[in-house]
Amino acid sequence: MSLFRKAPVPPARLPAGSFTVDPEGNIVVSTLPSSFPVSLIEECGRHVLATFREAQAADLPLLELVIRYAGLKITARELRGGAIVFLLPQPPPDAATPPPAL
Amino acid sequence: MKQRPKILLADDEPDVLEMYRELLSQLPSQPEIHTTNSGAKALALLESEPFRVFICDLKMPKMDGLQVLAAVRRRFPQLRTVVLTSVVDEQYRSRAYAIGVDMYWQKPGAEQEIKLFLDCMESLLGHEPGTGFRGVQSKSLVDILQLECLAQSSVVLRITNGPLSGRIWITGGEVVDAETDGLEGEEAFVRILSWKSGSFETLPAEPGRKRTIFKPYNALLLETAQALDESRHPADEAAPANAVKPTPIAAVAQLEDVEFVVAARAAGTPGIESRGAENPEAKARWAQAALERFGGLGDQLAAGPLQQLEALGLQCHVGLARAGDTHLAVGWRVRLPAEAVAERTRKAAALWQL
Repeated sequence: MSLFRKAPVPPARLPAGSFTVDPEGNIVVSTLPSSFPVSLIEECGRHVLATFREAQAADLPLLELVIRYAGLKITARELRGGAIVFLLPQPPPDAATPPPAL
Repeated sequence: MKQRPKILLADDEPDVLEMYRELLSQLPSQPEIHTTNSGAKALALLESEPFRVFICDLKMPKMDGLQVLAAVRRRFPQLRTVVLTSVVDEQYRSRAYAIGVDMYWQKPGAEQEIKLFLDCMESLLGHEPGTGFRGVQSKSLVDILQLECLAQSSVVLRITNGPLSGRIWITGGEVVDAETDGLEGEEAFVRILSWKSGSFETLPAEPGRKRTIFKPYNALLLETAQALDESRHPADEAAPANAVKPTPIAAVAQLEDVEFVVAARAAGTPGIESRGAENPEAKARWAQAALERFGGLGDQLAAGPLQQLEALGLQCHVGLARAGDTHLAVGWRVRLPAEAVAERTRKAAALWQL
């Protein structure tokens, strides 16, 4: 049955760390692992900046955004037109037992 | 003639695809097996025709398996999803379950494991889409409760139904307490049992839990079934003439510390509703854009579904969440601490869907 197994190449781990972006969306500094794609960091930064700017246009001046996924929490703070963004993987809720496999 | 259920199998190795096509085609339900070697092709196939089960490897070119599954869970919530992988790492198992997959299988290496895998696939195929609780397919929540009580179990069941969640405490085979979104005891129990589908987890027993439900479980289940039946078929004369259920937006707007509510239907259905908001169109556009862009980012990160977003400001805080097909933005008084904004936004989204 060795045919069933192959050398495992796991998907990327959820990143933990922080980065800052300037008002143009350029990454200024990052503590995220180098294995984490820069394009994703840039995209995250762009989304954060756009959300802050559009909020301002909707009469909602913001200081901080908290984006909650099932497995990751992103916290972004406005920083003189740019932003500092923290990424923190979330543990499974209550370390619950996974659903039984029938 | 009964339609054969369809399985889509995604793996980047042709040999593995062929092997599993062979194995799965022998299942008693005689499923149609479709295969693909990439996540993008899998998504295209799922768009083009309905499948009952999607089986996905974690190691995939371009989009890895978790990214594919995150997108699949969001776009096709009724589709049953299975991870079949050779990756041995608890982190990935946890993340896969956080995304909402039904099963996580390490590729079977022995005949007994293959048999077990095939039995599980057959069970998934036999499951009617849209009903039942993830974790134990084809079983209603009443079935699950009866099983736990008959087995004299001591356990806490956490049940999740979209943004709603509740807990039922079982001690020594008796239901002792329940809670969900502001309700406790029997009232919470009835509410939880009114949910038709969702997922459940078993948490460790809490023997010290204060008992608020004293009826034997079978009497409780019977009474609950009657109550639910009556609520579905209310006697006309029993309904008071002035009993008007508040609209979802009115119910949310009445929550303590709410400053405004803006609700925008998801794409395809125009129109927004609002209460207390200045410039509601701009707020609705902002909320929709934020929820959509961060929802997409979550797929790329394979971080699981976007639960909600809190925006903390100088004049007010805003909680954003999807509530069914609605994008909801709730403005909260600035005095509320950040944790309370998170919790109350979750409750507002749950209230919207009641």
